[in-house]
Amino acid sequence: MEDIRKRIRYNTRWNYLFTIIGLLSTMVGMILLCALMIDLAIDGAPRLSCKFLTSFPSRFPEEAGILSAWVGSFLLLLVTALAAIPLGIAAGLYLEEYGKKNWLTDIIEINIANLAGVPSIVYGLLALGLFVYFLKLGESILTGGLTLALLILPMVIMATREAIRAIPNSIREASYALGATKWQTVQWHIIPYSTGGILTGIIIGLSRAIGETAPIITVGALTFIAFLPTFPISAEFPFVSFKWLMDPFTVMPIQMFNWVSRPQEEFQLNAAAAGIILMMMTLLMNGLAIYIRYRFRKKIKW
Amino acid sequence: MVTSTLKSEVRDLNFYYGDVHALKKINLPIERRKVTAIIGPSGCGKTTFLRCFNRMHDLYPHNRYEGEIILYPDGINIVSPEIDPIEIRMQISMVFQKPNPFPKSIYENVAYGLRVRGVNKKQILNEKVEKSLRVAALWDEVKDRIHDPAFELSGGQQQRLCIARALATDPRILLFDEPTSALDPTATSRIEALIVELKKEVTTIIVTHNMQQAARVSDYTAFMYLGELIEFDNTDKIFTAPSNKRTEDYITGRFG
Repeated sequence: MEDIRKRIRYNTRWNYLFTIIGLLSTMVGMILLCALMIDLAIDGAPRLSCKFLTSFPSRFPEEAGILSAWVGSFLLLLVTALAAIPLGIAAGLYLEEYGKKNWLTDIIEINIANLAGVPSIVYGLLALGLFVYFLKLGESILTGGLTLALLILPMVIMATREAIRAIPNSIREASYALGATKWQTVQWHIIPYSTGGILTGIIIGLSRAIGETAPIITVGALTFIAFLPTFPISAEFPFVSFKWLMDPFTVMPIQMFNWVSRPQEEFQLNAAAAGIILMMMTLLMNGLAIYIRYRFRKKIKW
Repeated sequence: MVTSTLKSEVRDLNFYYGDVHALKKINLPIERRKVTAIIGPSGCGKTTFLRCFNRMHDLYPHNRYEGEIILYPDGINIVSPEIDPIEIRMQISMVFQKPNPFPKSIYENVAYGLRVRGVNKKQILNEKVEKSLRVAALWDEVKDRIHDPAFELSGGQQQRLCIARALATDPRILLFDEPTSALDPTATSRIEALIVELKKEVTTIIVTHNMQQAARVSDYTAFMYLGELIEFDNTDKIFTAPSNKRTEDYITGRFG
């Protein structure tokens, strides 16, 4: 009896030990993140105002704002989403539902997994060669958006595949057994049931894209822009203009980098304030992703 | 005429999963508007055999059929590579082992087979959905919440919903793959009563590992063992006086 108790005491000691180690490890991440956010908030919060959001960058730190940066980021994400979503979903659907299992799909699969790990600056170089020099799209919003689309494409493909794989095979069999074709099954079952997972993956991809700096600098985003892209709606026929796609641009992280690299203290504060906005954008997008996932989990059960 | 009471006839059917010879030279008549049960120990190929009737094996690579399953009165060979599997599945419905309703409404589950066939008229859909749910003895339980999600139903109700879904398209043969193995005894007896009721209208083949169930619901029973059809006869005969030693051993519980 005494032996058993001794043994249990000995065994539980390791339990306690790991509880402490685990707790500490968790805290390191949490505390660092909190400290970072608080520091950012203390520095940047006083600079946050409507004027900060609606002003162009300026030589005078107290007059400078992030208007061109957040508009640029927004438009860039729009192009990124429009390019990456259909391509990624179509590729994921093909690989999961249509593609036969053979050496070719194996190679494609390995490539996609590797692409997700390629450093973003390399995508920037590729985009510089392809979009700027070869396709002559210029140092434009279109080029930047397509570059980021390339960057998050593997993420969208993998999210799509994972969401599709979560659909039980019995659902597919039920559909096929009623005489459905592959496309009917995809259209009525596979796509609707995987939408939650796909959207989550897309939003997380986009929230990564919004913070990317390196590839955007590589394709030639400017660091100082004191004008907005052409407004997409005009008074004359045909009323809609896509000229903005070809306009030069800047984005939030580049604007931040520009300010951080200046010697004046006031510009550092501007960078912190822009950081808060960027962080809020990212957190908002991630929150949206979690909400969407929650909604779909509630709606769809097997 | 010999074929007048036959709905289908299996002739020298062989089936291969890649190199594995899963079904060996099976011959079996399927009588019209009767229930034919297929029994046998696990791994004997009874589910494999059933899934030949609606060409489910075509969904996966490296599967191969040999021989014939003739569907009367047209006389087409179900497993012929020239026949589009979809053409077969449009006529032969299946109810699976685990209830597998779509994560949609009760109504949409039943209407799905019709939608696949291009039926979009609200009135026709409503009529068919109600009729199928009535036949599947589910209508009274769900008529007030027909647009609620199907996963809110109990397991037994879900399985009856799957039967309604299979019936909505007026199949010529209805296949059941161990339809009650995931259900409790009460739900099981309701499904069994339904199967007996249904044979007035539709030819039925049921795979079951439950011998009492085969005895209760079927008119004919086939005993399979290691991919071969050992014995086929009237259900009464199989369970009272089987002519093969292995059949006798199996139904008396000496193996399996």
